Amino acid sequence: MYSSYHENSFSIKETRGTCNACKQCSPLGACVVFLGIENTLPMLHGSQGCATYIRRYLISHFREPVDIASSNFSEETTIFGGEKNFNTSLDNIIIQYHPKIIAVASTCLSETIGEDIKRFIYEYKNLHKKNKKLPEIIFTSTPSYKGTHYSGFHEAVYSVVESLANEGGNCDNHINLFSNFISPEDIRHLKEIVADFGIRAMIFPDYSDTLDGALWDTYQRIPPGGTSINDLKNSALASSSIELGYVLNLDVNSSRLKTNFLSQSAGEYLKTKFGINLYRIGLPVGIRETDIFFQLLSSISLAKSVPEKYEKQRGRLIDLYIDGHKYVFGKRVIIYGEEDLVVSLASFVVEVGMKPLLCVTGGESGKFKNILQCVLSNSFSNEIIIKQGATFEQMENIIINSEIQPDLMIGNSKGYYIARKLKIPLIRVGFPIHDRIGAYHNKLLCYEGTISLFEQIVNALLEKKQHNSSMGYKYM
Amino acid sequence: MVVKKDKTELGDRLVHELQEFREVIIAKYPKKVAKKRAKSIVVNNPDNPPEIQANVRTIPGIITQRGCTYAGCKGVVLGPTRDIVNITHGPIGCGFYSWLTRRNQTLPIDENDSNFITYCFSTDMQDSNIVFGGEEKLKQAIREAYELFRPHTIAIFSTCPVGLIGDDVHRVAKHMMEEIGGGINIFGFSCEGYRGVSQSAGHHIANNGLFKNLIGRDDSVNGSLEYRVNLLGEYNIGGDAFELERIFEKCGINLIATFSGNSTIKKFENAHTADLNMVMCHRSINYVAEMMETAFGIPWIKVQPIGARSTIKMLRRVAQYFGSKKLIDRVEKIITEEMIEVDKACKDARKFTVGKLAMLFVGGSRAHHYQDLFEELGMVTIAAGYEFGHRDDYEGRRVIPNIKIDADSRNIEEIVVTKDSTRYKPRKTEKELNELKVNGLELGEYDGMMKQMGKGTLVIDDLSHYEMDKLIEKYHPDVFCAGIKEKFCVQKMGIPLKQLHNYDSGGPYAGFKGAINFYQDIAMLVNTSIWKELKAPWEGDAFIEATFVC
Repeated sequence: MYSSYHENSFSIKETRGTCNACKQCSPLGACVVFLGIENTLPMLHGSQGCATYIRRYLISHFREPVDIASSNFSEETTIFGGEKNFNTSLDNIIIQYHPKIIAVASTCLSETIGEDIKRFIYEYKNLHKKNKKLPEIIFTSTPSYKGTHYSGFHEAVYSVVESLANEGGNCDNHINLFSNFISPEDIRHLKEIVADFGIRAMIFPDYSDTLDGALWDTYQRIPPGGTSINDLKNSALASSSIELGYVLNLDVNSSRLKTNFLSQSAGEYLKTKFGINLYRIGLPVGIRETDIFFQLLSSISLAKSVPEKYEKQRGRLIDLYIDGHKYVFGKRVIIYGEEDLVVSLASFVVEVGMKPLLCVTGGESGKFKNILQCVLSNSFSNEIIIKQGATFEQMENIIINSEIQPDLMIGNSKGYYIARKLKIPLIRVGFPIHDRIGAYHNKLLCYEGTISLFEQIVNALLEKKQHNSSMGYKYM
Repeated sequence: MVVKKDKTELGDRLVHELQEFREVIIAKYPKKVAKKRAKSIVVNNPDNPPEIQANVRTIPGIITQRGCTYAGCKGVVLGPTRDIVNITHGPIGCGFYSWLTRRNQTLPIDENDSNFITYCFSTDMQDSNIVFGGEEKLKQAIREAYELFRPHTIAIFSTCPVGLIGDDVHRVAKHMMEEIGGGINIFGFSCEGYRGVSQSAGHHIANNGLFKNLIGRDDSVNGSLEYRVNLLGEYNIGGDAFELERIFEKCGINLIATFSGNSTIKKFENAHTADLNMVMCHRSINYVAEMMETAFGIPWIKVQPIGARSTIKMLRRVAQYFGSKKLIDRVEKIITEEMIEVDKACKDARKFTVGKLAMLFVGGSRAHHYQDLFEELGMVTIAAGYEFGHRDDYEGRRVIPNIKIDADSRNIEEIVVTKDSTRYKPRKTEKELNELKVNGLELGEYDGMMKQMGKGTLVIDDLSHYEMDKLIEKYHPDVFCAGIKEKFCVQKMGIPLKQLHNYDSGGPYAGFKGAINFYQDIAMLVNTSIWKELKAPWEGDAFIEATFVC
């Protein structure tokens, strides 16, 4: 049906340097995942700047304490290897924090000098065999020069499951829900939904409390909350796994040197190793994608039906679409961010009658175009300019040199400067959002999240119209 | 346990308690760590500052406030200059995380004036670049940046893997300078993150680069010949530089260059035509001051225009240095004018602030400078320390000859600076210098933080997370000053935190107008009632029962 699809004729100059990137480095994503496990302290094996930069970046988005330890490489460590620093670091973390898990991610520095971190862990464990309380040590390989923060995130999801999941025990009726890089509010929403369906689900990673906590009576060295270690161990016994998002860590495989190493997502791993059913659907944004998610939950649940609460929410969302249609119809939209986020937003955008004329991602999986085309199906048009592995600078060039004339941008804070130049509203979604508070309360998923997103969009358009009106209408 | 009552009367009791507290913290560490940390936690004596261990490697696994060498070089010193294209050679993270995160402001003079600080240039190194080398990609990135913006100056900053794979950024810079031609200035920095103890190493590397590649390239003398000064170590966070520029202009002091708040390359190249250097952040820029003194004969004084009284002190010292009656009178007139509003604001704020406790753990000079403001507010600083300071920032420059050079300092290039054969010109004669000294103006001196802090207060270098928790638990300060990494931990414990790296999106805090802003912000912070709401009414003892209204 889509054989007629051809490359959009508009092209930009391919550059080798990067100006205003639309991605961050992979250890950042891994740290977010580690912070979503119960009683876990992340550690970066590399220079202390990596931990400091990533901490300050996550903190400016989540506005919560974020502790990430580092093995503090010096020049000497860089030359003679980091095993000594690695061990000292583990010792000190254990003494100060008493975590159940220490989750280690590598950096460009340790990967370049070829540190064998798996061996370090093996030897450290051997050395402390007698210590019954020794925390579990997990490792994710995240060389910063490979993939993006988004693939680092999913690589970490995979390696945590790979290290912890084991058979042994009875298969019971729970599922694994790999919920992707979403806001703490959305994690809470997903928990509520599965509970309402009567499904016992392990949601991973669950940083809904660790990265969006209340004030404490007494100081907590590691914030409470996170996916329980037991649940992660039992993930191999689940009846099925659901993965939200199509791209996940695929871009680690694309056109890189290590093609002999084919990375898997956590769901794929559980499927091949333990034979657990895997459902992979998009991030549920908008009616269509959420319907798919709810149908799936309903088929998994015992009752085989959707709770009335959600039928009402769906009804309200449709009602809202109708109310707002006259304001959004035909509006020209630019969407940017992580691949799966852009795909889900584009699906929502076309469903309300807007045009996603430019879809940009910093990710480089190579699958972005095809997946977008599949998800949009009939609504896909050759008008849509799709750019992957792109930067904000390239995005700006496309806008200037094409006929897009956008009305609205949807994406993270980093694109603000373009919205400012174009004098159009920016709806803040994704990561990082550090020029507004409450990014951690952004609800995006399912019917309720879509209601909130749609209202924000309509109101932003109305505000602009009102602001520009010479009459100053109060009645829009 | 909690020192809360009667904070105004900080007598011997507190001194004693702090000493005891130090012992308690140290005792809790494992032996080896305790031995090391004990040297970095000292009880102050302003009359005879004790030796403190500073600028030594952080122990792995102890969560530190410190950043890396790259952060100090690219982010701090060269970041605020608007007309230089800064290219990060490395994977994307480093460049991205230092993309406009310090809230440096800059004000292009007109539409044609370049401003590149809103851009983030990186070579975004990939697998294949690590294996086969990234020099070609770097060259291409420079060509693209040049085509895109036509800048007159480009700098390259190395990240960790660049040092490891041996890309020669300096050779690439030279090569590209020849290739592009037209007098473009391109230079590189070997500021790999693993190099030093903290960002401080990066400052030193950046200072060397400034001196080698920029300062002294343009001999033209622009503007008035009177009272020509440079301001060193001012980075225009929250508009500080704008306020200081306003004050200097009002006083008729001719500011040639600021390193590097609201700065341009042209001003750097011309900086050696000034007659006095004022050093604000001693840690990050004292090397430039010294090199300029050696090469061009420009003396320097330490200034700290944070706090109204300190700003006055700075202006008077500058006037004293130039010794002209005209300037002295003008400065005094401006001070009188400015202080009317300042005094009023201070009086208003003091109603809320007198006797309150502050702790400052930040930067390489901010933990010192901001004590002036707290003094003006009648607040007491009971504990302070730097993130990346050296011994001289604590104990004063007199200890510099005794500072042990370790491997981490040795790997930073020391450039040999000699008298410039044609342009060296002593600004003052020996006699004049002596006279200034007799009258209390010490040139090239910095007494450090400890001289100013009270007897018995705690001075802690590179505060760890654990020590921070314990400090707060015991002393419940009314305000804790640090950065964003500490902000939310401290606030979770019910103590307001003022960010002194980026001012919590506030500022300016320098100069007279800045002091007013700070008074108001701190009065608001220590007086906010939200901390009283931490417990819901049903959690407390005094449960207010609802009454039935008929």
